Amino acid sequence: MGARLGLAAALALAAALLLPLGAVAWRAEGWSGLRPSDWGALWFTLWQAAVSAALSVLLAVPVARALARRRFPGRGAVLLLLGAPFILPVIVAVLGLVAVFGRAGVANVALGWLGIEPVSIYGWQGVILAHVFFNMPLATRLILQGWLALPGERLRLAAALGFTAADTFRRLEWPMLRAIVPGIFLVIFLICTTSFAVALALGGGPGATTVELAIYQAFRFDFDLSRAALLGAMQLALGAAAAALSLRLALPSGFGAGLDRAVPRWDSRGVGLRLQDTLAIALACVFLLLPMLLVLVEGALHVTALPRVAWEGALRSLVMALASAALTAGMALPMAMAAVRRGGGAVETVGTLSIAASPLVLGTGLFILLLPVTNPVDMALPVTVFVNVILALPFALRALIPAMRTLQADYGRLAASLGLVGFAWLRLVAVPRLGRPLGFACGLTAALSAGDLGVIALFASPDRGTLPLVLYQLMGSYRMEEAKAAALVLVLMSLGLFWLFERGGRHVET
Amino acid sequence: MLRLEGLRLSQGSFGLDADVAFPAGGVTALMGASGSGKSTLLAAIAGFLDPAAGRIVIEGADVTDLAPGDRPLSVLFQDQNLFPHLTVAENVGLGLRPDLRLSDDQRAARDRAIARVGLDGMADRLPRDLSGGQQSRAALARALLRGRPWLLLDEPFSALGPALRTEMLALLQETARDENLSVLMVTHAPEDARAVADRTALVADGALSAPVDTATLFADPPPALRAYLG
Repeated sequence: MGARLGLAAALALAAALLLPLGAVAWRAEGWSGLRPSDWGALWFTLWQAAVSAALSVLLAVPVARALARRRFPGRGAVLLLLGAPFILPVIVAVLGLVAVFGRAGVANVALGWLGIEPVSIYGWQGVILAHVFFNMPLATRLILQGWLALPGERLRLAAALGFTAADTFRRLEWPMLRAIVPGIFLVIFLICTTSFAVALALGGGPGATTVELAIYQAFRFDFDLSRAALLGAMQLALGAAAAALSLRLALPSGFGAGLDRAVPRWDSRGVGLRLQDTLAIALACVFLLLPMLLVLVEGALHVTALPRVAWEGALRSLVMALASAALTAGMALPMAMAAVRRGGGAVETVGTLSIAASPLVLGTGLFILLLPVTNPVDMALPVTVFVNVILALPFALRALIPAMRTLQADYGRLAASLGLVGFAWLRLVAVPRLGRPLGFACGLTAALSAGDLGVIALFASPDRGTLPLVLYQLMGSYRMEEAKAAALVLVLMSLGLFWLFERGGRHVET
Repeated sequence: MLRLEGLRLSQGSFGLDADVAFPAGGVTALMGASGSGKSTLLAAIAGFLDPAAGRIVIEGADVTDLAPGDRPLSVLFQDQNLFPHLTVAENVGLGLRPDLRLSDDQRAARDRAIARVGLDGMADRLPRDLSGGQQSRAALARALLRGRPWLLLDEPFSALGPALRTEMLALLQETARDENLSVLMVTHAPEDARAVADRTALVADGALSAPVDTATLFADPPPALRAYLG
């Protein structure tokens, strides 16, 4: 019964993906409707994604290597810090980067002392900078996994043969990197091609508009639905091409379990290498922490000045986050049940397909579908929840399916022999035994949903925004102190929700 | 009566044929070397494996297509008989209602079953706070409570030491007699069969032979058993 529910959920998800995409394809009429600037957006999307991914990986390698071969107090905290950008609201990070690299930011002040002209964060350089901020930590964690997977025996053998650090690199580390880096590059490239909020806040204009942003502009400024649909089709083709490419490469998986050990090394005891590793870790920490600290500390000073509209937005965001988490769990749990049954592979495939879905394309499609029925603006919040659920499901499934598989192997026969099926099984076995992955999935969904600045920008009227949208509007009108206060509230809400669900899940399971 | 009519099991290159009737009442041992397919046969009777051909008939009813929980039988596995996050009372209570919404009468019946296997005062414990023997007793209590006419055991109590195993087998034999249960027990240990089984059936060379009185069987072992005993 539960598995049948899961099949139904998978079918609903497939429909939820295909109907909006179909609507976009239907409204897109011939490539001649595109302007030269739209092709410019495609070009910018591709090259900024390539540069962002390359920089992220290049910067990640020394940090990952340092973390792989050093043990030091606070290493766990550094790993935690590297995981944080994943659930950090994009708009908050952008605000932090502006505080560091903006015209009046710390970096430009320092440049000014050296007599160098200030550098603007707005434009392609800002978009790439923000992408590196988000993806360098991800790349570091994924590359670190590869490093820690190097067999200890082989490192011992290398030490016995008197390998220097350079020998180890050539014989062991370089082959490992060559095997995993292309996949990591591709994942980050993919993430950057669907970038919207970063481009919205830091890009725009000729030469710094992504396709996603162009969809938003065609929609919001020109109200040209058919051009928005055309651009949606372009983004769709981009996603499909990238997905096809990704099938040929081994993509990294998982969230980096078991990063908390350091492989013993004998080749890296020199002072120079120690200095190099210390520097790599310290720079990475400063790069990640400084923007956050500047925003949060100043935000704390001004939190009493927050306008009423921000608190209303916070309440909306909270409700949406909880609704998204509940819906995602309600779909992911039966889908995971169906996925581990015989012939459940299709369910798993549908669940991972939606990772390639672009929120703006889905939003455009939903707008086209809703337009004949109702005023889509009234549906802004439900539509946003809907899209958030679709985007969160792949992560939820990735956490739940392996755990469900283990549960089935351990207790499947016992449950079947007792006739323990359906809701009773969910209540008595699945939820208590899957507390951890379920709590993680709910926490992740809630955090992503609370911080999401995507479809909501497409639909909402200014007076009914979520907290991230209000924050963006405050930023746009240069009310930076209030924006930072809103950022503080948003971070506390996102991380708080993640923490609460995660802890709750652990508590249920033990 | 539990009848296997022209039953054929196959898994890859493995195949097993069975056309045998087990009389109700008492303990019947299914004995054979490891890999002979005796556990596979038990899994098929319990409903975890679809036979390639043939029927399984219990008390005159064809159960071949029934779900495991709907068959007139209970199963005790080698391990993983208890859910680790549920108490003894909950684990046993699952035998009456899988959703654990028990009436007062059902609660009383559950407590009687727990007492029957000697676990008084341990109803609120989690499995990890029980010894191996006590865990086996809890699983047995649940099987008694379910009240299904047949009880299938796959290498039961094999994780226990010799003394505890003998004790559990005796408890099994005694409760089965009291509750009028028919027991079908897979074992590779001849001493277990001799200790508690009224009848013994051999699984060897891809076939199941008809059950024979255990004492008679061991007094004059057929060639297959002789080869197994060595």
